[in-house]
Amino acid sequence: MPLIGQKDADYLRKEFSDKLVEPMQLVMFTQEFECQYCRETRQLVEEVGALSDKIDVQIYNLVIDKEKAEEYNVDKIPAIVVAGTKDYGVRYFGIPSGYEFTSLTEDIVAVSEGDSGLAEATRQAITEITKPVHIQVFVTPT
Amino acid sequence: MAIESDLIRADMVEAIEFPHLTTKYNVYGVPRSVINETVHVEGAVPEPMFLQKVLEAAQ
Repeated sequence: MPLIGQKDADYLRKEFSDKLVEPMQLVMFTQEFECQYCRETRQLVEEVGALSDKIDVQIYNLVIDKEKAEEYNVDKIPAIVVAGTKDYGVRYFGIPSGYEFTSLTEDIVAVSEGDSGLAEATRQAITEITKPVHIQVFVTPT
Repeated sequence: MAIESDLIRADMVEAIEFPHLTTKYNVYGVPRSVINETVHVEGAVPEPMFLQKVLEAAQ
């Protein structure tokens, strides 16, 4: 049974068709004995990927593909790397359900455009940053 | 912000699946953002406020 309803799928297909610029990748890390949400997350990723030619889905195993996991700095699963022409450092850990699904689809567009959508003042301030910043946003399925 | 800067990386972390992290960062209500381990932001805040916290963490 598909996780994304028909109406949502049609809407997203059109959104992606209108807004995606560069091809982008959804790189997912999971494991063989899929944890409860790994299976659904994988299904979700594959369904989203099917909605546009510009989305390339790659599925890796956290254990077997250890080097890939290290390359993408992934240490827990399920993990979705939302990457475009480069890896911008956007990760989703855990199943992106409810409101987070909207965040995921918006990130797909933003990454494909290579445009953060931030205000000019924010962009300016960010150029002054000289140290690495790691932001972790904790959410619950809504 | 991660898209804007090569120095910034951003994770969504679904709290229920990673209890060891919610314990580590004392996450009781969501959304809670943890920046560079030490700076916390409760709730969904306006962009300029979040920016201030990011700049604080990047000192």
